[in-house]
Amino acid sequence: MHSDLPAAAFHILVSLANEDRHGYAIIQDVAARTKGKLKLSPGTLYRTIQRLLEQGLIAELRHRPDPEFDDERRRYYRITAQGVRAARDEAKRLAQMVKLARASGLMPKEA
Amino acid sequence: MLRLLLLIYPASFRSEYGALIRTALEQHRRDSPGFLPAAAFWAATIADTFVSASAAHLDILRHDLGYTARTLARSPGFALTAITVAALGIGATAAAMAMLDHVLVRPLPFPDQDRLVKLYEDHQSNGRQWDLAPANYRDWKRLATSFDRAGAFHNISVNLGGNGDPQRLEAAAVTPETFPILDVPVWLGRTFAAEDDRDGAPATAVLSYPLWQSAFGADPSIIGRTVLLDGAPCTIIGVMPRGFYFPTREAQLWTAMRLPPDAFADRTNTFIYGIAKLRRNVPLERAQAELSTIAARLAHEYPAQLAHTGASIIRMRDEVSDKSRLMLKALAGAALCLLIIACTNLANLLLARAMQRSKEIAVRSALGAGRERLIRQILTESLVIAILGGIGGIAIARVALPLLARLVPISLPIAAVPAIDLRILLFSAALTCGTAIAFGVFPAFRSSRPMSLREGGRSGIGGRGERTRSILVVAQVAASMVLLVGCGVLARALWQIQSINPGFQTDNTITLRTTLPMPRYEDRAVREQFYTRVLDSVKQLPGVQNAAYISFLPMTMRGGIWPVEVAGHPQDISSRRTASLRFVTPGFFDTMRIPLISGRDVSESDTFHKHDIAIVSQSFARTFWPGENPIGRHFDFGNADRTVAGVVGDVRVRGLERSSEPQVYLPYKQHDRVAMFYAPKDLVVRTSGAPESLVPAIRRIIREADPEQPVSDVRTLAAIVDEDVAGRAVQVRALAAFTIVALLLAAIGIHGLLSFTISSRTQEIGVRMALGATPAGIVSMTCRTALRLAAIGILFGVPLAYAVTRWLQSLLAGVQPGDALSFGLAIAVCLAACLAGSFRPALAASRVDPAAAIRAE
Repeated sequence: MHSDLPAAAFHILVSLANEDRHGYAIIQDVAARTKGKLKLSPGTLYRTIQRLLEQGLIAELRHRPDPEFDDERRRYYRITAQGVRAARDEAKRLAQMVKLARASGLMPKEA
Repeated sequence: MLRLLLLIYPASFRSEYGALIRTALEQHRRDSPGFLPAAAFWAATIADTFVSASAAHLDILRHDLGYTARTLARSPGFALTAITVAALGIGATAAAMAMLDHVLVRPLPFPDQDRLVKLYEDHQSNGRQWDLAPANYRDWKRLATSFDRAGAFHNISVNLGGNGDPQRLEAAAVTPETFPILDVPVWLGRTFAAEDDRDGAPATAVLSYPLWQSAFGADPSIIGRTVLLDGAPCTIIGVMPRGFYFPTREAQLWTAMRLPPDAFADRTNTFIYGIAKLRRNVPLERAQAELSTIAARLAHEYPAQLAHTGASIIRMRDEVSDKSRLMLKALAGAALCLLIIACTNLANLLLARAMQRSKEIAVRSALGAGRERLIRQILTESLVIAILGGIGGIAIARVALPLLARLVPISLPIAAVPAIDLRILLFSAALTCGTAIAFGVFPAFRSSRPMSLREGGRSGIGGRGERTRSILVVAQVAASMVLLVGCGVLARALWQIQSINPGFQTDNTITLRTTLPMPRYEDRAVREQFYTRVLDSVKQLPGVQNAAYISFLPMTMRGGIWPVEVAGHPQDISSRRTASLRFVTPGFFDTMRIPLISGRDVSESDTFHKHDIAIVSQSFARTFWPGENPIGRHFDFGNADRTVAGVVGDVRVRGLERSSEPQVYLPYKQHDRVAMFYAPKDLVVRTSGAPESLVPAIRRIIREADPEQPVSDVRTLAAIVDEDVAGRAVQVRALAAFTIVALLLAAIGIHGLLSFTISSRTQEIGVRMALGATPAGIVSMTCRTALRLAAIGILFGVPLAYAVTRWLQSLLAGVQPGDALSFGLAIAVCLAACLAGSFRPALAASRVDPAAAIRAE
């Protein structure tokens, strides 16, 4: 069902892989990981979050991990087991594509 | 600003994430100080909001569509009924509107069509729209300054030869100005130039697109080819594009009009039509005033001929008879009635469904679905039904429109079948969405009202919903009444007209037309030889009782009217009496079964050199010699002094619905003093058996007499008379179809309402039965409910229907607007339909098991 994971969704899952985060933190994390190349807009972020929630790939946390930084408007998200599986499948798919590209000489072989 | 921007998101999304998005955006903005970064932020944010918001809307739409598909698939009966109801309503309305738009509204397919006008002579007492005498046309054209250009034309029919089988064509002879006035670019070649008009110039013709396709295989090298028109060579110089019609849609070919000098001699011999293009910024009234002045001046100059001849100008777009207008409006009104019924029916269906689903909705509401999402979901469902219905409706309209073609008057230069163009599609789309919103919003608001699970879980429904639905049913019954009565009176009018005696008997006859081409048949002897040969051979055929030729059969040509002068009846030119002029061969009256009242028929011995005689109709004799014996009387008619030799019964030359001039029949051998146009061309054959089987034999006889003579208009006399009322018949059929659908919908409405009432009242009925009510009593209680609704509907419907029939009075051919039979029948049919609709629910009610019903509580 999740065979075609949009790029934004994949980045969000990757960002949530090791840590529960709130929305703005996800934006910043994705930007940091991609060295500023991908800046998710809040609209895209929450729309994707809504869909990931519906698909059960992430869950909203009831209790906030760090009450000190918490702000009422912040909601934290955590990747689910299903989400981990979906992200892993997508990573495999991408790796496979890279392999194919190498095989056809589109990019240099790995050192 | 941000808050405003966020309003673009769907409300459900906004309430969930709006605050978060705003926080994130505010943080973003704080991170980008300075003017340029701030501007970039706003540009990016606005663009992104639009993109994500539409994506969010699409998400919801996809979700709702999926949900709708699942719920509709789960109740296919409901889905099918709802879509069919919507399709019928939309289809009927789209078809009627396309028709109305095509005939009355849409501009004619000519550039600057609002400046196109037709010119007529105004013969005050004898009618305001007479064709023109060439000399008058010439003077009007010369003196008038209101027109860019003026031209003239007249309808002709020609035999096309030199191209396979000879073919009979309706055509028009036009002056060189005519095509430039219409200003439609030629498809191939050119149109007429001034040289083509001159006497002695080589004959030229322009083809219509359909003729080019059918007779010449769309040959692109057709220009310059020579064909035979009425036996004379003629060069094809052009082809007009598809969809070009002039002067009516029947004309398939145009030739250059040439008026011989003697055509200008008689200013009362009217046979051409004027067309002109008003100068820019010249209003019709000013042109009319100018032309009237010119006509008055000519009347002063030629008092003997033109004392009572004025001029009238009519915009080409407006050449639609009042009757055609009213017929189309009635059709559109009926369609609107049907649309109202369809919409109320749908509202009812959806309302019932919403009530049935109130439990589901209550559950979803309890699970946190917001009101906006619920309304949106229900609206999506309505829209899906409406759009599917709209597609079905357009399909219905496409099928229905060709059937309605007879309602398009042939006087307009437009296609017979209206195209469903973008405007009609937009109209249908508006209709569709309007319907969806009308019947979607109402139930949506009702069923999304905050409702507790406990309340939604109960099967009993409050009285308000039922009352709303009852009102809808009453409205449907009332609208059905209007349709029933309207259809009833128009059907009666049709029957009334069909029962009018045309003056001849239509059974066992076949007719066909052989228009003899001139100048080949200009010689009297050659013509007579043709008639004699054909008639003698046809009469020899087995089963033929009699056969004869006439200039034009009744109802096929309404003109051919000539002035009558009788010695001792001095008459002012303004009140001059007229009669229709026809040449006949002996035996015509017997073949047509027109009674010979006194005197004799024309005979073969009434030759050209003998004294001119005439057979007149009874009304002619009554007009000029009331109470006297008309036989042997003289009158001046058709350029000769003629003696009455016989009197025959009157015939409805102008059709069943119109009064006709008296008729004068002249022997075919005494023809030459009248235009060749009147040479007998319609053959009528009376047989003892089925006449159609004789057609091949008759065709063979004509081919033997003249291999180049085309045969056209093969039909029975009955078909000619039917044709006369075809427009009405189509209208009645369309109305009948609308009415049947309306009744069906009303019955469905009653059925739905009662089924629902019964199912929600199971307990009450159970209790009643436990207390001793019999099944028969329950059935009669249910039927009484239906009849009460029907009665209220009828009560509202009757005055409405009366108002409608009053409005239609000019179409009713003497049937009274308050026609008791139509009203009585309509009431009976309405009641019957309502009872039929209540039958199944009543049966279901009578089968309620009291024990089970009470236990369920």
